[in-house]
Amino acid sequence: MFLVPALAFIVLFFGYPVVKNMIMGFQDYSTKTFFTGEAPWVGFSNYVAVISSSLFSTAVINTALFTIGSIIGQFVIGLALAVYFRRRFPLNNLLRSLLLLPWLLPLIASSAVWKWILDQDSGVLNQTLLFFHVINTPIPWLSSPDMALVAVIIVNIWLGIPFNVTILYGGLQGISEELYEAAALDGATKWKAFRHITWPMLRPVASVVLVLGVVYTLKALDIILGLTGGGPANATQTLTTLSYHESFVNFSFGTGAAISNILIVVSMVFTFIYLRVNRRPVDE
Amino acid sequence: MNTSTMKRIPYTILGAVFLAIMLFPVYWMVNASFQQNGNAVSSSFFPTNPSFAGYAQALTEQGGNLITSLIVSLGTVVLTLLISAPAAYALAKFKLRWVSVIVLSLLVAQMIPGIVIANALYTAYNDIGLLNTIPGLILADASSSIPFAVLILRAFMGSLPSSLVEAARVDGAGHVRAFVSIVLPVSRNSLITAALFSFLFTWSDFIFALTLTTSNAVRPVTLGIYGYLSGNIQSWSPIMATAVMSAIPAIILLVIAQRYIAAGALGGSIK
Repeated sequence: MFLVPALAFIVLFFGYPVVKNMIMGFQDYSTKTFFTGEAPWVGFSNYVAVISSSLFSTAVINTALFTIGSIIGQFVIGLALAVYFRRRFPLNNLLRSLLLLPWLLPLIASSAVWKWILDQDSGVLNQTLLFFHVINTPIPWLSSPDMALVAVIIVNIWLGIPFNVTILYGGLQGISEELYEAAALDGATKWKAFRHITWPMLRPVASVVLVLGVVYTLKALDIILGLTGGGPANATQTLTTLSYHESFVNFSFGTGAAISNILIVVSMVFTFIYLRVNRRPVDE
Repeated sequence: MNTSTMKRIPYTILGAVFLAIMLFPVYWMVNASFQQNGNAVSSSFFPTNPSFAGYAQALTEQGGNLITSLIVSLGTVVLTLLISAPAAYALAKFKLRWVSVIVLSLLVAQMIPGIVIANALYTAYNDIGLLNTIPGLILADASSSIPFAVLILRAFMGSLPSSLVEAARVDGAGHVRAFVSIVLPVSRNSLITAALFSFLFTWSDFIFALTLTTSNAVRPVTLGIYGYLSGNIQSWSPIMATAVMSAIPAIILLVIAQRYIAAGALGGSIK
C-alpha cells in the first residue's frame, strides 16, 4: 500500500515513455497522426533514415567530443580542487560550499550569462583577452563552427566542476590520515603519496563520478540550446539536441524517437557500468 | 590568532582566488543586470551607476512566469514527498521480495534522458489534454525528483533503529500511524533535503517546460530566458536581471540550508 503510488508513477512516467518510444521508433508518427490518429508501421525505415543522414554522424562525433572533453576537464580540475581543499585552512568549509553555486543555478540562466561573456564583439572574455594582447582579433566563440563546440565544452566543464569537487572531496575524506603520515615517514614525496595512496583509494568514488558525469553529459540539452541552438551549421548538434529537433521542431516523432532510442542504449551501457562499479550499496 | 593559523592564511587566499574564478560568471550576471545599457561595448566591471531598468523590464515581462515557476515547483515538492516518503519507508523497513528490483529500477530511471520522457509524454499529453497545464508540468517534473527522493529517504529511513517503530506497533499503532507519528517526524532532515532538491530540480527544469508547453498560457521562467536567448538580443540587462531572479532560490537555499544541500549532493551519487 505504501508503495502503490510510487510504483504507479514509475510505470506511467518511466515505463510507459520507454515502451512508447520504442514503438514510435517503428512508426511514421508526425503532426498528421494528431489529426487522423493513425501512425503507420514503417519497420526500420526511421532508423535507416536517421543513420544514413549526414547529420547523424556529425551528431555522434559531436556527442563523443562533447562528452569526453567535458568529463576530462571536469574531473581533472575537480580532483585538483578537491585535493587542494583537503588541506586545513581558515574558511575552508565556507569556500567549498560557495563553490557549489554554479551547480545549483538553473542551467538556462548559466547559459544566458555565458552567452553574454562569450559574445564576439562585446563579451568580457574577448574584451579582456584583447586588452592584454593575448589575441589581436576577437574570437567568434559561439558563431564560428570551429570554435562553438570548444566553447560549449568549456561552459559544461565549468558547470560540472562543483559536483566533481564535492563528491571527490567526500571520497578523499574517507582516506585515513595515518596512511599519509606513514608514507611521509618513509620519505614519500607528495606526488608519490598521491599515486600510491590517494589514487588507488579514490578509485571507486572516481569511477562513480566519471560514469555519472557521462550519463549527465549525454542528456545535456539546456546549455547547448541556450548557447548555440545546435549551430552554427550543426557544429554543436548532439544526439540529444538532434532528437529534440526531429520531434519538436520538425514534428517528426518517429525519427526523433529512433534517435532517443539510440541514446537510451548508450545511456544504459554506462548505467550498467555504474551499477557494476557501485554494486555493493545496491546489493545491501 | 596563533602562528599555525597565520601560516595557513595563504592557502585561504589561494582558495578564495579559485572560488572567485569559478564564481566570476555569477558576478558578471549580477553586474550586467545593473548596467544602464547591456549592449554597450565597454560594459564596466562594476555597477558604479546601478540602473534598475533591467529589473523593471524583467519583472514586467517575466513576473508572471516567475509565479508559474513557483507554483509548479511547490506543487512538485508536495507531490514528490507524498509519493516518495511512504515508498521509501516501505523499501527501507518492510521485508518485501521485490525491494532490490525496485531500487534498481529507480537507479536506472534516473539515468533515462529527459528527452525520451518528453517525447512520449508530449504525444500522451496531447491526447488527454495535459499540454499547457500546470498539473501536466508538475507530473512531468516529478519524474526527475521522485527517484532521487525515494533513494535518499530510503537511505535515511534504513538507518533508523527498527525498535523505534516496533515499540509503537506493540502499543497498537497500525503501519500508517507508526509512519505518520514516528517515522516522519524523526526523518525531518532527510525530508527537508529531498524537498529542497525537488524544488531546485523543478525550478531549473527546462526540457519539460520547453516540450510540454506550446502556447504562452503556462510559461516557467526558464522558458522566458530561453525566449530571450533565441531571439534577437537588443539589451542584455533585462535578460541578466531575469537570470539573477531565477538564481535567487539557489542562492537563498545555499546560504540558509547549506548542510541539507551538502547532504543531498553526496546522497544523490553514492547511494
